Amino acid sequence: MKTLREIKVGSTAKVVKLHGEGPVKRRIMDMGITKGVEIYVRKVAPLGDPLELMVRGYELSLRKADAEMIEVE
Amino acid sequence: MNIRIALTGNPNCGKTTLFNALTGSNQFVGNWPGVTVEKKEGKMKKYDGISVVDLPGIYSLSPYTPEEVVARNFLIGERPDVILNIVDGTSLERNLYLTTQLMEIGIPVVIAINMMDIVRKNGDKIDIETLEKKIGCRVVEISALKGTGIDEAAEAAIAAAQKKKSVPTHSFSGAVEHALAHIEEAAIHDMPADQQRWFAVKIFERDEKALEQLGLSQEIISHIETDIKAAEAELDDDSESIIANERYMYITGITTQCYKKKNLSRQSLSDKIDKIVTNRFLAFPIFVFVMMMVYVLSIGTVGDWTVVFMNEGLFGSFKDLDPGFFGYSLFSNWMSVPELLDKVLLSADGTPVIAEWLYSLIQDGVVGGVGAVLGFVPQIFVLFLLLSILEDIGYMSRVAFIMDRLFRKFGLSGKSFIPMLIASGCGVPGIMASRTIEQERDRRITVMTTGFIPCSAKMPVVGMIAAALFGGSPLIATSAYFLGIGAVVISGIILKKTKLFAGKPAPFVMELPAYHAPLPSNIWRATWERGWSFVKRAGTVIFAASVIIWILNSLSFSGGLHYITGDEKSILNVIGEVIAVIFAPLGFGSWQAAVATILGLVAKEEIVGVFGSLSSMAGVDETNYSFIASVIFGGSKLSAYSFLIFNLLCAPCFAAMGAIRREMNSAKWTVGAIGYMCAFAYAVSLIVYQFGAFFTTLHFTVGTAAAVIVLAFMLFMLLRKNRYSRNKRRKKQMKKSTGEK
Repeated sequence: MKTLREIKVGSTAKVVKLHGEGPVKRRIMDMGITKGVEIYVRKVAPLGDPLELMVRGYELSLRKADAEMIEVE
Repeated sequence: MNIRIALTGNPNCGKTTLFNALTGSNQFVGNWPGVTVEKKEGKMKKYDGISVVDLPGIYSLSPYTPEEVVARNFLIGERPDVILNIVDGTSLERNLYLTTQLMEIGIPVVIAINMMDIVRKNGDKIDIETLEKKIGCRVVEISALKGTGIDEAAEAAIAAAQKKKSVPTHSFSGAVEHALAHIEEAAIHDMPADQQRWFAVKIFERDEKALEQLGLSQEIISHIETDIKAAEAELDDDSESIIANERYMYITGITTQCYKKKNLSRQSLSDKIDKIVTNRFLAFPIFVFVMMMVYVLSIGTVGDWTVVFMNEGLFGSFKDLDPGFFGYSLFSNWMSVPELLDKVLLSADGTPVIAEWLYSLIQDGVVGGVGAVLGFVPQIFVLFLLLSILEDIGYMSRVAFIMDRLFRKFGLSGKSFIPMLIASGCGVPGIMASRTIEQERDRRITVMTTGFIPCSAKMPVVGMIAAALFGGSPLIATSAYFLGIGAVVISGIILKKTKLFAGKPAPFVMELPAYHAPLPSNIWRATWERGWSFVKRAGTVIFAASVIIWILNSLSFSGGLHYITGDEKSILNVIGEVIAVIFAPLGFGSWQAAVATILGLVAKEEIVGVFGSLSSMAGVDETNYSFIASVIFGGSKLSAYSFLIFNLLCAPCFAAMGAIRREMNSAKWTVGAIGYMCAFAYAVSLIVYQFGAFFTTLHFTVGTAAAVIVLAFMLFMLLRKNRYSRNKRRKKQMKKSTGEK
């Protein structure tokens, strides 16, 4: 299983499935990360975490631990 | 005509700017997600009988964040006449996601698309007509910033409210609609028809808050559960995710028809700024530079000048200022507040024209107490002005972005850095700056720990102890800073592992809003509201506290309650003797130390004042520290250092406690926070004093045993496994969910 965490900076991935459950998963989905959406990984914060993503036309920051829940292709 | 319009929209979509334009009220807006925590209501400027409610900025109507719950409860519970949904045109999809939820509530909805000017500037296009047709409700184009389209939006909302016709809702996939129909029939068929949709969807999502509100019988719930399970099995996902997924699918279906993006790979100006500001190598140098500028301007040069001007000039005596003080010649012959009062209250021979106790109450109690706090007002205004600018342009979310990794390690958030930095000048604006942390859990831990940072008022105390017992060693001041930072880190780790802060996981899923030029009116409003709330507190809480302390310090019980004129023991003195027992295990059981600690609650530098006046009462020169060293601390360096530790870490001054009260917005949490600080201070002082005593005397006493137990307990709290760790729990879930596949 490939997760968003493994996606290199500067590349785009398509969401296949979201794992986990409850508030965290809901929050991630509320922010527009749902099945089939394309996510562009813009950069990693200077200390190595969190990530800066581009999704649905806006910038979103997400911790790597949370990115691990997002299965991509 | 009595109409109530509810303003809803994503954080940072220009909602509050629109609210201000509609009502002309004084309200805070920042380029920061989640500024409005409570709802605000105002009367509309141009129309009679129409009120506008500004709800917190939200991304969804889930039951998980306080903001969303506030908004939901208002919309469902109070059912306003119309919802004016502000949509940020630059991130249409995410904004319309909330719209799909609002439309299910059964209240007329009007969409106001904001920031169209930016959309156009980017070369993108939104076809309003198509959007209106597809989504099924009135869509108006506005620019809250420039004030265009606002009247049209207001009129559209009023018209929709008068028609009372709720908007059509979109349909989910067959399996979901099937379950929803069953739910409506089984559980909520006697509810007004236009409200059923919302509750049906919420029941399908197994929304705890909605289920609680409906109070369905166990029988019905288990009946419904089979329908939900069937839909989940068919669509291979949990019900909540099915709904979220389908909403976005529906929106994408609409936006592909009405939204034309010019160029996907184009870099906006905001992206270019971010390339530098959050660059791997430049981010920290820029951050350090920005923070230094804030620090230098607010707490350093300008702030320092205003504090001296206010405290030593306006509430002291301008004549006695150092002649080298900037602008001295200009106001050296001005009259200060106490001098002005003296002119009114004293007769020619220097005796008060009013009762002596009243004179003392006014001058020593009120002017002394409130004045000490008001002295910080200009500094606070300067500081808030700078922070508001950083916030408005969008820099604060970048600070959180680059600092998060570091602060997360001890239970804080990337946004906790700013409160801590400011607190090294004054804890009050520091605690108030924690406002910008939108996660309740992180905000609370920040509020609880910010007071540990040694502020400028604690420095004179440090200086006095260093001079009196340590030969003025600079190591004492250095250790004070390390102590403060250590207390923050240790407390953060201890607190994040407690049950109190474990309940709600706080994902760091944060929008990084586009940068924009600062808007002077927004910045001014933000500065004014925050600064003014501080002044108001000085006028109430601090005023009352000053009066109470004055009464305790000026009245005596012995021989009937009376005002002290001679060398009698004040009530405070008696209290000090009683409380001193508590401090005995910490090594400073003298009543003077106890009284100083209590008076330190008015302002920490007051401790120096108390020791000074006690010295002069004992016939020793105020600057001669022998009295402090020998009488108060019995010549023990250890006692004095323990005293210093306790006073640096225990409950902060009244002004800061007021700030804690305001930011916690709960009496229980305020008491908890201050209680924690005192307990932590007591524990650290006990450990330092008792271990110090043991190593110097090598006598193992009851106190040593107590210190060992306290230390062991603290280490346990610090090092124990985090039973509530989110990631661990989640990894388990993930294994489960992948294992099932």
